[in-house]
Amino acid sequence: MSARVAGIILLALLFCVPFAVRSEFWLSFWLLVLMFAFLGQSWNVLGGYGGQFSFGHALFFGIGAYGTAVLQMRHGVNAYVAGAMAIGVGAAVGGIIGLLVFRYRLRGAYFALVTLAFAEVARVLVSSFQYTGSGFGMLIPLSRSVENFQFADRRVFYLIAWLLVVIGSLIAVWLENSRFGAQLMAVRENEDAAQALGINLVRTKVLALTLSGGMAATVGVFYVQNYLFVDSHIAFSPAMSIEALLVCIVGGLGTVFGPLFGAVVLHALGEAAKQATGNAPGLNLVLYGIVLIVALRFLPNGVAGLFARKPRRKQDTGNA
Amino acid sequence: MLEVRDLGKRFGGIKAVDGASLDVAQGEIVALIGPNGAGKTTLFAAITGFVPPDTGHVRFMGEPITGLPPHVICARGMVRTFQIVQPFGALSVRENIAVGAHLHRPRRRDALAKAEQVAARVGLDRRLDQPAATLTVAGRKRLELARALATDPKLLLLDEVMAGLNPTEISEIVPVVRGIRDSGVTVMLIEHVMQAVVSLSDRAYVLNNGRIIASGSTAQVASDPQVIEAYLGHGAAERVKSQLQASHAS
Repeated sequence: MSARVAGIILLALLFCVPFAVRSEFWLSFWLLVLMFAFLGQSWNVLGGYGGQFSFGHALFFGIGAYGTAVLQMRHGVNAYVAGAMAIGVGAAVGGIIGLLVFRYRLRGAYFALVTLAFAEVARVLVSSFQYTGSGFGMLIPLSRSVENFQFADRRVFYLIAWLLVVIGSLIAVWLENSRFGAQLMAVRENEDAAQALGINLVRTKVLALTLSGGMAATVGVFYVQNYLFVDSHIAFSPAMSIEALLVCIVGGLGTVFGPLFGAVVLHALGEAAKQATGNAPGLNLVLYGIVLIVALRFLPNGVAGLFARKPRRKQDTGNA
Repeated sequence: MLEVRDLGKRFGGIKAVDGASLDVAQGEIVALIGPNGAGKTTLFAAITGFVPPDTGHVRFMGEPITGLPPHVICARGMVRTFQIVQPFGALSVRENIAVGAHLHRPRRRDALAKAEQVAARVGLDRRLDQPAATLTVAGRKRLELARALATDPKLLLLDEVMAGLNPTEISEIVPVVRGIRDSGVTVMLIEHVMQAVVSLSDRAYVLNNGRIIASGSTAQVASDPQVIEAYLGHGAAERVKSQLQASHAS
């Protein structure tokens, strides 16, 4: 079974969850898995396909979450319009940071550190101003109606999250079958050679970060509409950034369903550990660390790599 | 077609390229030879925009291109390959070549079709679905050539595509390069393998310590005393001459 087929089967099963599962708890659990799968996909666009490892994807998540909350609460903007604007801002910030960072040829660890710094600065900033709710965060008043993008039935949110994951997977499929994706992967593999073949490095990486930023902001918007609350420790936390990259690395970097596999495996393990130990705080993080080490040691291509056909023998590689 | 004037590039105190000038005309195969460390690769890099030159200028197809970024120069029709091969290791041979083909082909299907066509030309058609990382040195050199060729260049700068190949592999790739020229692509190559230089190129430039010390037909250049001394050391030209005379006399 190829990873592609396994991913499609998993998506189909996840679609059935709200119709089969009655428990509110498990519905929320799978909703969270889907949300992180899409957040992971946003990281995958940049990190998996583009080779630029961000350590601050919480920045874009936070911009989406705070963007829509501030627009609704302080300016009375309609929830859908506010959401769309917040996603736009997330994408724009991605583009601007990309221009700054890639213009000056920061890559590898330096790129990771700069993104981490931006996320931290944003966390401090939003908790310092009244306008953004200072230390208390922002609460969106409960007013359930379709116009407000609030639904009494959590299953509606679940299906939206499922749809987001489908869209994320389609974006990854597009990357694997388009000029932009080919150029992005070429940049990941070798910047000098990519440049020699006429690829504009800065443009390619900036576009990837813009797309990635917009996708991560979408998760933020969705989060706020679902929980009606956000504060700086949730929105811009390093934990959020790490979750985004972890699901990709565990699931399979630069693969269509890697983030989904990773999110399912990590959260299933985390939840199992919680149940087994009676909710010991922080235990899931310890477990994530162990899973990461095991994954890197035994599954360098992630869960998706498990499905890959056995590598062909290196016969026939004699004289090319 | 290509016009290089007084190009200079220094790294700290070292003048890697020191006022080099050369011309390449449409339809030629021109060789750039010289001892190790002469500055050949730096000269290529300065022409193609990978390192900005300190002095001098470069014109391509009549337009000044000095200091333009590499991707712009590539889009105008001048492409280089790398002496140290730079494959996109995780991608297949087909995908590698398609990256080059995408330069003028936005559609994936067209780029993949072009990749197959180019692979056949350089003899990689049986390895299309193999990851580039599994190719041998000879295969990787061909891949460098194929990717560059897929961008539909007007001028191809080949940096030692034959280094590290065995004589059989060299005799296979020589006709490939000649075929590229015959299809209307001008070629300039850096090469150490004299067998290939002599059989391929019409003209040669010799670079030593960053300066062009000789130019002319390949045979002319190979017997130039200055060139012999650059390769073999001071006084070598005299020795070679006397040995040749001795062997003629006997």
